[in-house]
Amino acid sequence: MNILTCVKRVPMTGGTIVLTADEQAIETRHLGFTISPHEECGIEEAVRLVEAHGGESVVLTLGPAEAEEQLRDCMAIGAARAIHLVTDGEEWDPQATAAAIAAAIHADGTAFDLILFGNESADAGNYQVAIRVAYALGLPVVSGIKGISVADGQVRCERESNGGRDVYEVPLPAVVSVLEGLNLPRYPSVPGRMRAKSKPVAASTPPRRESRLARRRLVVPAGQGKQAEILGHGPDAAPRVVEILQQIGLL
Amino acid sequence: MSTFPGGAKAVVIGCGIVGNSLAYHLTQQGWTDVVLIDKGPLPNPGGSTGHASNFIFPVDHSKEMTVLTLESQRQYIALGVNTECGGIEVARTEERMEELRRRMASAKAWGVDSARLVTPAEIKELVPFIDESILLGGFYCPTVSVVDSLRAGTIMREAAVESGALTVFASTQVAGIDVEHGRVRRVRTSRGDIEAETVVIACGVWSPLLAAMAGARIPLVPMVHQMIDIGPVPRFAKASKAIEYPIVRDMDVFMYERQDGIGLEVGSYAHRSIQHDPEDIPTIEAAALSPTEFPFTQTDFDPQLADALDLMPEIVGDESVGVKYAINGLISLTPDGMPILGETPEVKGLWSAAAVWVKEGPGVGKSVAEWMVHGESHIDLHSSDVSRFHAHQQTRSHVRARTFEAFPKTYGIVHPVEQWASDRNLRLSPMHERQKELGAVFYEAAGWERPQWYEANAPLVERYGVAAREAEWDARWWSPIINAEHLAMREHAGIFDLSAFAIFDVNGARALDALQRAVLAQVDVAVGRVVYTPVLGSLGGFKSDLTIMRLGDDSFRIVTGGAHGMADRKLFADLLPEDGSASLVDVTTAWTTIGVWGPRARDILASVTSDDVSNEGFPFGTCRTIEIGSQLVLASRISYVGDLGWELYVPIEQGARLWDLLWEAGRPHELTACGIGVYGTTGRLEKSYRAYAAELESEYTVIEAGMQRPKVKEQDFVGKDAHLRHREEEPAAILCTLTVDDHTSASGVKRFPLGREPITLRDGKPLTDSKGRRSYVTSAGAGPSLGKYILMAYLPPEHAVEGSQELAVEYMTEHFPVTVDVVGPRPIFDPENTRIRS
Repeated sequence: MNILTCVKRVPMTGGTIVLTADEQAIETRHLGFTISPHEECGIEEAVRLVEAHGGESVVLTLGPAEAEEQLRDCMAIGAARAIHLVTDGEEWDPQATAAAIAAAIHADGTAFDLILFGNESADAGNYQVAIRVAYALGLPVVSGIKGISVADGQVRCERESNGGRDVYEVPLPAVVSVLEGLNLPRYPSVPGRMRAKSKPVAASTPPRRESRLARRRLVVPAGQGKQAEILGHGPDAAPRVVEILQQIGLL
Repeated sequence: MSTFPGGAKAVVIGCGIVGNSLAYHLTQQGWTDVVLIDKGPLPNPGGSTGHASNFIFPVDHSKEMTVLTLESQRQYIALGVNTECGGIEVARTEERMEELRRRMASAKAWGVDSARLVTPAEIKELVPFIDESILLGGFYCPTVSVVDSLRAGTIMREAAVESGALTVFASTQVAGIDVEHGRVRRVRTSRGDIEAETVVIACGVWSPLLAAMAGARIPLVPMVHQMIDIGPVPRFAKASKAIEYPIVRDMDVFMYERQDGIGLEVGSYAHRSIQHDPEDIPTIEAAALSPTEFPFTQTDFDPQLADALDLMPEIVGDESVGVKYAINGLISLTPDGMPILGETPEVKGLWSAAAVWVKEGPGVGKSVAEWMVHGESHIDLHSSDVSRFHAHQQTRSHVRARTFEAFPKTYGIVHPVEQWASDRNLRLSPMHERQKELGAVFYEAAGWERPQWYEANAPLVERYGVAAREAEWDARWWSPIINAEHLAMREHAGIFDLSAFAIFDVNGARALDALQRAVLAQVDVAVGRVVYTPVLGSLGGFKSDLTIMRLGDDSFRIVTGGAHGMADRKLFADLLPEDGSASLVDVTTAWTTIGVWGPRARDILASVTSDDVSNEGFPFGTCRTIEIGSQLVLASRISYVGDLGWELYVPIEQGARLWDLLWEAGRPHELTACGIGVYGTTGRLEKSYRAYAAELESEYTVIEAGMQRPKVKEQDFVGKDAHLRHREEEPAAILCTLTVDDHTSASGVKRFPLGREPITLRDGKPLTDSKGRRSYVTSAGAGPSLGKYILMAYLPPEHAVEGSQELAVEYMTEHFPVTVDVVGPRPIFDPENTRIRS
């Protein structure tokens, strides 16, 4: 089966998020970049499904030229090739993003059986792109998925719900957006890293349709930051540690 | 946590391995009121200690660094945080094998006897997951270890707190360091102000920012060292401790691999030089990992993956082994690669303990504590002294240029006299253009461009029949022209550019008192006398050697080598009376110095001056002003090359004119321009003259160096008590002049040791004196007039026997027979000094 996983380059933030002076972006001078944990699980799932069922795992991103780094990271895990929709680094709204991805899927020509997204991006968090792409392609879509299995032309998706699980069986091809916890993503091996360097990346510059969603400014929520509480020093701290372990259900 | 104090004897800033260790040793040395602060949390405040790879390879070509590292390892062992795993530096090329043979000489010279060369098969036995087929051999040091530097720091800090002598405050941000009248006064912090006599900056990569708060400079730059951690490694699955296999340094590709529990850490110095500014380091809050662990830049590391894969295919090539952790860790680099220790020359009471790595941390802590408490450390720290830097070396531009150039040489093969390529032409003597016309090959000294030899003298090589050196390493950064220039000087005369001298005028009513206190020799001499003298530390070892001219009753001129000039300046400035009754002015760039020596020197000088320059009219060891053309020239009749002649001092703007006058006057006398190769090596060594930082270091006494005078002056001077004691003792070693009997190596190629090699018995057994010091070559070089190759070395008394032929010099693991020619100070060439005094 052929699987496309869509990812987004986002800053790997530290304890405190620092904004640029114009409050339009996160200050990334000291930060590395990554993809969201949801998307890491999506890539891992795609690689596992292809390992089990055969086919090809492809990774796609829409982002600046530097986002090739994230594509290579995904190919180091096992994606066979990448599609890079190169932007000038500006944030695209969900409609524009979804339209460009849908167009790229058409253009690629591969009959993808499954198109995976993270449930939401780690930075903008609009929760829309997967659904909009599915709509544009006329495909079924399920979101917030933490369990996937494929059999007999169907994908079985599990979503955690209060006190249980919702299970969906969806005919392929389909779009699924996934959540962290779907699986335990592997670390890239060194040979994987080295292979990724020579895997193909198809880069193109898609037209950007007009944004209908405008961002005014970013605000860092109050109380955000590293919340370290010192429980005490030496043996005196033991009762508090036990209390906490009980609270979080480990004892 | 106790309340923040308003005052302390000493405030140490920084809770990395250096600050913790230094604070501990200060309390061990007797200080009872020490405060240690850090802006970060404990035990890992977020500096470079926190991400250090924590391994220790004890052998370095630098003696100072090796001694500091061995002392540190001794402390780590005593603290119970040292895991001995062994380490191998492996060679993929024959050039590297030669470097490893040179490594063996350093190991033996500095007393690391367990080190040995190993074959690829032996490497495979030690490290079963290595592909030995790509290796030629290795340098195996079984005492290589991994330490827990965070734990070591914690133990030391807590022990000092327990003793009641140390108080510690974490999460305490320094806002300012106040200086009053040139002396540090207080540290302003987020918890309040604290007054202190002494403040130590042990802040690693942040140190330049802290120093700037006080108007001082700590010239280091934070640079990236990339590390990745891969795992889990199946072979290590049952590991019972953090490291069970030797650490491998893959020298030719600038990488290392070490087991870390069930993982393998791969570090690299092969990537491009990535520099940061200290003010660009993020706060603890804003950092993704810690402030000194920057985001990994994969593309910089990518090219190294293949090298790691080649060496350790079983692990690195395993598809199940993942890259779990990868950082760009910040480390401190300095323009000359050495730490930055000691009291800053700008601010009294403000100390630096920076640019120190984990491997030398506790040794530095102890040594700097001794220096602070007692005025001197037992380990000679001259190469690490913060006061060594010249002005240009303190600029960010220079630090960046040199560290950028040095980073790729971290595991490089660096020749002992290798010259820098970057940021040259900083200081040009007034004769520079003339020298370029003569094809000068410039070496750098204290930022000055100094001719080492002149290509225009190439025809002299044939005339004097000077042989080339066969081995490329021995011939690198050397020319037979040096020897030819030497012979031309001995036959006729040579002219030397000595602009790199550091020159200080000490004037005032109490100038004499200050100088008497500073130096060993009697300075209360007649006006016009020149005094050569050692300068001692409080323990009686050498801090410098230099000349002092008495120009008037209250007026003296100190002339010293450029390389160590700035440290000398601080040493004298520190001894000036506080009431201003004596002053020191650095006139280095007001005067230039030209030397003229050789049997024809007097004829040349006499032809351009009407002043009396006869032996009677201008005796050796005197100085006075003479007229040369339209110039007043301070002439000083001394010599470092063993021939008749003068040092001539003129205002720097007149230097070129004086050079031209002498050059023209010298034509009929076959005057030859001579480089520093003659001045610093061949001429000097034929006279067995000692050089600071070669023969003269603080761990040797005046008696051992053979420089004691018949009487000790009545006046008090620094180190006098120790010196008087030393005079009563039998010296544990005696400085001797040796010559090489046979240069022929096993392969038939003639080899020439370059210095710092061990002196051994003929069978290779090292010599150790009663103080535990090894005998090694302090200086090496040709003696062209003798037709011999000269080595200087301190020998234990039982081996310091003239004519003895029981010794050898070890070079590239071979042993070349030597003869002990002279025991003590007598020159090997012209022992009666008739040439100088003629």
